[in-house]
Amino acid sequence: MIHSLFLVNASGDIFLEKHWKSVVSRSVCDYFFEALERATEPENVPPVIPTPHHYLINVLRHRIYFVAVIQSEVPPLFVIEFLHRVVDTFQDYFGVCTEAAIKDNVVVVYELLEEMLDNGFPLATESNILKELIKPPTILRTVVNTITGSTNVGEQLPTGQLSVVPWRRTGVKYTNNEAYFDVVEEIDAIIDKSGSTITAEIQGVVDACVKLTGMPDLTLSFMNPRLLDDVSFHPCVRFKRWEAERILSFIPPDGNFRLLSYHVSSQNLVAIPVYVKHNISFREGSSQGRFELTLGPKQTMGKAVESVLVSSQLPRGVLNANLNASQGTYTFDPVTKLLSWDVGKINPQKLPSLKGSVSLQAGAFKPDENPTINIQFKIQQLAISGLKVNRLDMYGEKYKPFKGIKYMTKAGKFQVRT
Amino acid sequence: MEWASQLCENRGLGSKMTDSKYFTTTKKGEIFELKAELNSDKKEKKKEAVKKVIASMTVGKDVSALFPDVVNCMQTDNLELKKLVYLYLMNYAKSQPDMAIMAVNTFVKDCEDPNPLIRALAVRTMGCIRVDKITEYLCEPLRKCLKDEDPYVRKTAAVCVAKLHDINAQLVEDQGFLDTLKDLISDSNPMVVANAVAALSEIAESHPNSNLLDLNPQTINKLLTALNECTEWGQIFILDCLANYTPRDDRESQSICERVTPRLSHANSAVVLSAVKVLMKFMEMLPKDLDYYGTLLKKLAPPLVTLLSAEPELQYVALRNINLIVQKRPEILKHEMKVFFVKYNDPIYVKLEKLDIMIRLASQANIAQVLAELKEYATEVDVDFVRKAVRAIGRCAIKVEQSAERCVSTLLDLIQTKVNYVVQEAIVVIKDIFRKYPNKYESVIATLCENLDSLDEPEARAAMIWIVGEYAERIDNADELLESFLEGFHDESTQVQLQLLTAIVKLFLKKPTETQELVQQVLSLATQDSDNPDLRDRGYIYWRLLSTDPVAAKEVVLAEKPLISEETDLIEPTLLEELICHIGTLASVYHKPPSAFVEGSRGVQHRRIPPRAGSVESAESPDVGQSGSSEAPPAVIPSQGDLLGDLLNLDLAPPTSTVPSVQPSMQMGAMDLLGGGLDSLLGGDIGGSPSMGAGLGAAPTVMPAALGGAPAVGGGLGDLFDLGGGVGMPTGFYVVPKTMWLPAMKAKGLEISGTFARRGGIIQMDMSLTNKAMSVMTDFAIQFNRNSFGMAPAGPLQVLTPLSPNQTIDVSLPLSTNGPVMKMEPLNNLQVAVKNNIDVFYFSCQFPLSLLFVEDGKMERQVFLATWKDIPNDNEAQFQIKDVHLNSDAASNKLQGSNIFTIAKRTVEGQDMLYQSIKLTNSIWVLAEMRVQTGNPNYTLSIKCRAPEVCQFVYQCYEMVLKN
Repeated sequence: MIHSLFLVNASGDIFLEKHWKSVVSRSVCDYFFEALERATEPENVPPVIPTPHHYLINVLRHRIYFVAVIQSEVPPLFVIEFLHRVVDTFQDYFGVCTEAAIKDNVVVVYELLEEMLDNGFPLATESNILKELIKPPTILRTVVNTITGSTNVGEQLPTGQLSVVPWRRTGVKYTNNEAYFDVVEEIDAIIDKSGSTITAEIQGVVDACVKLTGMPDLTLSFMNPRLLDDVSFHPCVRFKRWEAERILSFIPPDGNFRLLSYHVSSQNLVAIPVYVKHNISFREGSSQGRFELTLGPKQTMGKAVESVLVSSQLPRGVLNANLNASQGTYTFDPVTKLLSWDVGKINPQKLPSLKGSVSLQAGAFKPDENPTINIQFKIQQLAISGLKVNRLDMYGEKYKPFKGIKYMTKAGKFQVRT
Repeated sequence: MEWASQLCENRGLGSKMTDSKYFTTTKKGEIFELKAELNSDKKEKKKEAVKKVIASMTVGKDVSALFPDVVNCMQTDNLELKKLVYLYLMNYAKSQPDMAIMAVNTFVKDCEDPNPLIRALAVRTMGCIRVDKITEYLCEPLRKCLKDEDPYVRKTAAVCVAKLHDINAQLVEDQGFLDTLKDLISDSNPMVVANAVAALSEIAESHPNSNLLDLNPQTINKLLTALNECTEWGQIFILDCLANYTPRDDRESQSICERVTPRLSHANSAVVLSAVKVLMKFMEMLPKDLDYYGTLLKKLAPPLVTLLSAEPELQYVALRNINLIVQKRPEILKHEMKVFFVKYNDPIYVKLEKLDIMIRLASQANIAQVLAELKEYATEVDVDFVRKAVRAIGRCAIKVEQSAERCVSTLLDLIQTKVNYVVQEAIVVIKDIFRKYPNKYESVIATLCENLDSLDEPEARAAMIWIVGEYAERIDNADELLESFLEGFHDESTQVQLQLLTAIVKLFLKKPTETQELVQQVLSLATQDSDNPDLRDRGYIYWRLLSTDPVAAKEVVLAEKPLISEETDLIEPTLLEELICHIGTLASVYHKPPSAFVEGSRGVQHRRIPPRAGSVESAESPDVGQSGSSEAPPAVIPSQGDLLGDLLNLDLAPPTSTVPSVQPSMQMGAMDLLGGGLDSLLGGDIGGSPSMGAGLGAAPTVMPAALGGAPAVGGGLGDLFDLGGGVGMPTGFYVVPKTMWLPAMKAKGLEISGTFARRGGIIQMDMSLTNKAMSVMTDFAIQFNRNSFGMAPAGPLQVLTPLSPNQTIDVSLPLSTNGPVMKMEPLNNLQVAVKNNIDVFYFSCQFPLSLLFVEDGKMERQVFLATWKDIPNDNEAQFQIKDVHLNSDAASNKLQGSNIFTIAKRTVEGQDMLYQSIKLTNSIWVLAEMRVQTGNPNYTLSIKCRAPEVCQFVYQCYEMVLKN
């Protein structure tokens, strides 16, 4: 099981260590640092690193490496999932997960880590339960505690810990009972030179913010549940009911949680909401190259495409770019060769374009590689897969809650090859 | 100065709200100050002080001097303070064991607290204090907590057993905690069940032979019920545990699959992958024509695809596992090629894995898409990735025959880019394409030759030279090309030199008239001017071939080459099966057998996929064939001819039952016949090989001495040994002559002498019991103390008739290795207790380690190589075996008789290097390298093993076998 945890910051310093079994010397991280040095990019450090007596499993989140040390055969995914849970918990408690935040709350961090893992076995990782055990620090509470001498640590065994619904605490009370759901879809796509789709898929999630009194039992049904053939549920969802009736039936955790995530793969037709017309060419022997980009909406069901951001890693031989944007602003970093163009909203009547020339190193060869264009965008009030919620019902409680559903589509890894 | 101090004060104020204030004190009497604060009367001050101490601890400052003061704060009602003190205790108790005792009382008291949170906290913390003295006090509270009314306490206590076991395994066993833990598997609370399973799994890892997790249909049912209700982490533990179970039949297998399938929709990817493991394993048992089998296959694809949309670290682990799954069952993901297409900003480790899987999934149906992608990748920036993409194109050509032409033209396009490393990679793969499809694509040679000058990597140069040599007759200026390489011959790497030598000889055989000079030149360069033995040897061979028999030379050098196939990079099937059983583990990430990981020999349990139900061929599956205990019909006796054959090549595993029951009389008769025949044969001075006897002795496992009263074959053996060593025959297991174990003086007249033997995979203890007392002895029984390899009698001691005064009885006792394990000093020591109607007697004897060398100890060559490299050099031990007058082949034969297998032999400069492998009954592998110099009676033996303590004993076996 998980033996120890080291937190390493971007400059390669260990700023926190925690051991759940015997103490493992810091020097074990040297193997990690070696790997870090070899990696060209911070993201390229291999997730599992073998050392003579241990294995190091690391994840990089918020520019902090979380390095777990294990000594015996442990499923690596188990460790990685746990580390993600640690990151989520820190973020939940401190608002941000940064070195400064962790250092500022070092005692809480220790209490949390101690509570999350016992002898390497996960103990309490649900945010609801942890918050009952260790209260999140707030300025107000710190002040109050200092005056009254009360503590951050819960005195009672968390109620959810052993019940059939371990994710929900009992005795929840709200004056405004509300349940909001966000359907967020991300499109991952690779579009080739000629504009045809090589691969496209949709990663969707339904995130919920549920603040309901008591023990509400919710059911959520979709207009077109057949879309969802590849789903992962929060443990609260009754799987049998879904299998039989395609209805989500669950007692929700209190607060924010991810109800389900789903995947609509390339087999189904995935709509591509934007297109790019491009003409990037370098001529042999010339120190100038042409650069033209035009963006346009496509299959957006009449909704506006917003917050468009185009970025592209230009070839190393490019010295500078002299371009003209019809809307928004562009920047070119001559050191990293990263071109980024903040477009904003696409107006279908007047398509945004970026045109001009790029200068190459004099006498250099024509670059071999073609730059790939990365596009980010958002479309409000649209789930591009066509998923729609039919209705939400509540049982088990008497009051009438406020309900709301929001849809949004975003670009995930949306790439256009040139 | 005043403003400065003010500034400091402000800073202090500013950071007051956060814990970072605890770091700011750097004045010298810091410890002293903290001490004062810890002893303060004010609760709040105390707590703040403990927080400061903890903060210092986290950054590695030594605050152990405050131990007594912190411990004094422990008796408090404030839970936060208590937790903080516990944190401190866990960290420093080890360095201050005497002080830690002070805390024991509070712990014991807290274990009785009415608040379950405090009870659990106390038992949890106690388990983390790794101090022997404390663990003694822990037992009672732990016992209570394991039976606590509150499940939260019980589940915490379950984990505590694992902790305690890590500190003091013996104590846990003696106190019976393991049994209590097993009971918890049937607990009413799923969380308790999950933790009990987790704890037992961890303990079982250090006890490979114990049956801690004794899975039967009832427990499986309990686990499956708990699976639905426990936390995600508990689900992982339970699923991993389920994967170790072997269902009785396909129906049970199907019902488990049905109950596990819902886990595929879990949000936690580790749960998903563990569920995939269970399904992949149990699916093997389902009949393929079953509808459910097809349904299950379809259900497996979506969760695997979903894993690929997770964070890159998760993707990496998932991809490594998908690589295995695709090799085992390509049908699952055959339609999902596109999800493995590479995004340009994937981390490099994800890119490379995706590429590998793309090739495995490539088929005629999707090859066009794949090729287009690969070509795209070949123009990316990352050099490693580009190289791998080019290689992938070559692999596609070899894998999908219809695409070869398109692949070649894609490669030619890439060569036209003139990007140096792309060209070199392309040439290397084109060489492979030529080998797969000879005489098909020679038209491209001209293009390749244009790039000759730009090749600077040995592999590419060697590939190019190979092509020139192979197609010398079609390349007009082949001699010029090769000559140009020859100029810098000594600066080339060995790979290139060897290739050049062969290519020029090929050229000479094809165009003898013009190239005589060239071949002379290269032969002299290789044989006279080179220090490299490989090169020199190859040079001499060619030279002699060419000078003695050019026709033969042509046949040898220009022989048809075997075709290569894409299967070369597949994982070897038995390893693949084992890895499939370990999906989701480190082994699956590294594609190495689990035994190659875990430190020492702990936890090495070879897992195999259970055989498909209803298939009669199940006996063919490797493991069943080896152990052969259940299906070999007990009464089969080989026909005469077979037996003779057996005797001749001394196959030590005649197909007999391993069940040491009384054999049918027919068989006994046959044995007797043979035995008698042999006896009379060997009775003369022919000097028969002792192994004949051993081979024979292997047939009946127990030869009750009562039958016929004649000395058992085993007994006769001892005499045979004296006749002298083996003739030229391969030898069987060497059996040491019987030695006196228990003199009559010490055992009230009972004298025991004995020895050990391994016959047909069964370990036997051969004993002669002699009654030197005046009265009859009866009621014999035998027991072993725990020992290093878990040897235990497999049946009762069979002394059927009373032993009258002055009578000797020979008994053969079959032994098993499933008994309790305890390390002995020396390792091969065995303590035995023998009882008869008079008393109980104790003696100890030492067995040769070769007793434990199992028959399937022959390692795959590749595995051997990898394992040899993988074992750290510190574990290598070297020995000299003196005065052995055998050549290497004879030695290797002899060793094989004792299950020391020679895997490879290499001869370098008159010195034979034998690479050998041995597997012990507890699955420890021992690798050895034996160097034999012709004419030198002294051998050098290097032994490598993950458990280095066995090396010494392995060496003793070598010496014993080789010298007798």
